[in-house]
Amino acid sequence: MSQTQISQRAADRLARSTPPGIARKVRGLSDKAIAWLFIAPTIVLLLAINVFPLIWTVYLSFTDYRANRLNRAVEWVGLRNYERVLTDADIWHNMLVTAHFLFWTMFFQVLIGFALAWLINKNFRGHGVWTTIILLPMMLSPAVVGNFWTFLYQPQIGLFNYVISFFTGADPSSFQMIGSVNLAPWAIVIVDTWMWTPYTMLICLAGLRSIPDYIYEAAEVDRAGPFRTFWSITLPMVMPFLMLAVLFRSIENFKMFDLVVELTSGGPGSVTELASINLKREAFEKWRTGLSSAFAIILFVTVFGAANIYVKALNTVKSR
Amino acid sequence: MNGYRKTWAAVLCGTMLGGFASTSAQAEDITLCWAAWDPANALVELSKDFTAETGIGMKFEFVPWPNFADRMLNELNSGGKLCDLLIGDSQWIGGGAENGHYVKLNDFFEAEGISMDDFAPATVYAYSTWPKGTPNYWALPAMGDANAWFYRKDWFSKPEIQEAFKAEYGRDLAPPQTQRELMEIAKFFQGREIDGQTRYGINIFTERGSEGITMGATGALYAWGFKYENTPGKYDMEGAVNSPEAVEALEFYKELYKCCTAPGYTDSYMQESLDSFKSGQVAMAMNWFAFFPGLYKDEQVGGDKIGFFVNPKQNVEASTLGGQGISVISYSEKKDEALKYIKWFAQPAVQAKWWSLGGYSAHNSVLNDPGFKDSQPFAADFLKAMGAVQDFWQEPAYAELLLAMQKRLHDYIVADQGTAQEALDKLIEDWTETFEDEGKL
Repeated sequence: MSQTQISQRAADRLARSTPPGIARKVRGLSDKAIAWLFIAPTIVLLLAINVFPLIWTVYLSFTDYRANRLNRAVEWVGLRNYERVLTDADIWHNMLVTAHFLFWTMFFQVLIGFALAWLINKNFRGHGVWTTIILLPMMLSPAVVGNFWTFLYQPQIGLFNYVISFFTGADPSSFQMIGSVNLAPWAIVIVDTWMWTPYTMLICLAGLRSIPDYIYEAAEVDRAGPFRTFWSITLPMVMPFLMLAVLFRSIENFKMFDLVVELTSGGPGSVTELASINLKREAFEKWRTGLSSAFAIILFVTVFGAANIYVKALNTVKSR
Repeated sequence: MNGYRKTWAAVLCGTMLGGFASTSAQAEDITLCWAAWDPANALVELSKDFTAETGIGMKFEFVPWPNFADRMLNELNSGGKLCDLLIGDSQWIGGGAENGHYVKLNDFFEAEGISMDDFAPATVYAYSTWPKGTPNYWALPAMGDANAWFYRKDWFSKPEIQEAFKAEYGRDLAPPQTQRELMEIAKFFQGREIDGQTRYGINIFTERGSEGITMGATGALYAWGFKYENTPGKYDMEGAVNSPEAVEALEFYKELYKCCTAPGYTDSYMQESLDSFKSGQVAMAMNWFAFFPGLYKDEQVGGDKIGFFVNPKQNVEASTLGGQGISVISYSEKKDEALKYIKWFAQPAVQAKWWSLGGYSAHNSVLNDPGFKDSQPFAADFLKAMGAVQDFWQEPAYAELLLAMQKRLHDYIVADQGTAQEALDKLIEDWTETFEDEGKL
């Protein structure tokens, strides 16, 4: 007996055992209805865990609700929470700290990531091993990286201070990377750059490897120099990849929390208190749920708006 | 019923019976939640007697201090059933009572003959009552504690050190009697070579994330006579929180941090204080009494090498209160067993053993025992400290009030932003906003 005959008999048996009512209903379903039937669980899940909380957060942002006072009457406060967030000098300070962190991490990660990708793309001997080594920081947990770097930055025993001391001759305990108001914002930039440059490198490497060799060969025939080749071929063709890397990393770093909390807890004072750290404090330590909802919505709109503008720019670059 | 079905029925019955049996065994276990620190280990040891006496098993959920408040307050706010008993911080009592997290214990105390008069008044006030000072009890004082100091007795007693100190300050080097003396000693040790190594003056709390810098700086503020309100219960903070004395105390704490701490201690709390002392970096350090038994036993820096002293006064005698009361969680399904534990824990004999194991009993029978002061080298200081303790706000909005103070103090002391006056003025603004939100102003 062939395999097809067995399958046919099994299908016939299944069809016979299906109650007539159900069979009639299933037979009557259109392709579109069956498609909806399949995606319905996903949509329900999406609505339940994404859309509903978002709508609920918007609602809460107009109230004085506190999640730790369930018995307390909830009052509608209109736009007061938004007004408080937007006029709070401390929150604006958080936004500035976030902007500093975002700009410099992106700057260094793109610069170093691209340079590393450029080197790795040369396919020198042992480049595979180097690629693996370079990727290691990215594979670590942010909590581990944060803890690890607090030791490296320790002024008395930290390796980082000794390395700087070796090159500059300064006393290792004469400066504190995470205890100094001036250096702490750079300390978090360095760690994030160390951890996430490999990610940018990977994306750049994909971009570099996607450039067909014949373009370079044509440039060589046209006697284009290395600078000209880089400027007119490599950079424009890698640009969409680079922009994509910047988009992903910017969104991630805008909501950066764990790494910086482990490193500095937002200190000294509030010089490394990113918006996300303050948001967490407002929401889950002070329990100002209404106000923190407004804060979260403002952050969401900021990221969403900026990301949309950026994606439009990205599409323009790609279409060139 | 055929054999196949019989077998399945037997398996099913067995599973169900096993399930019931296991449920009934688990019903006898209760979970106690606390911070992960030395006294918690002593409590595990002590609680074995409770299990032996009652047959009720004890499980423990200990959370490291930096995450303790976050973890436990989230647990309470979500109505979690993880903890049947909670040894919660003194400042949580207002929220625990008003938000319905803790079981009110008055009827239970009355029925079981447990009298709050048997416990040190300062601990009953701080750990048990809400509203403050009223006979409404939400916890039994479990662990008396205050912030105090320890120092390198062996360094202090070195003749060359003694001589150098006397030459510089014109008095003998001894544990400080005032906050100003504390700073002088710290300055004296800062950067000094002892046994071939550079040492530093002092370790003080500077931690930003939880409560560290507030608990440290209030040690100076209280000693200068700091008050939260002009009239207790009126929330009239102007002139109290930012009084000239408070400004002076805050400037003092900042100077102490700048002049005399070891490099890198910008986010220092309990563990960092212990580390800096045990590694021989500092001559003096602040920490809670709870750690003193462990420090005294330490092979490197304990025994004859360590001495203890209570928070020095400046204008008044005062220490920052630590410690906790033990409460029954209202969401627990094993309240009866939890109450049995409290009844057992309140017995004088158990309290005496608690102290002997390294816990700090607040029971009068222990504290008033003639031999108590000499029972440990820090026991007399503990008694003295507990006689003049002050605590942070214990309001339901305590976390909000604490975070504001953490920010303002860290901004001023560690991050060098603004003046002490500005920091305290801003703190009043923050606290006023909170009390307005709470409907108390």
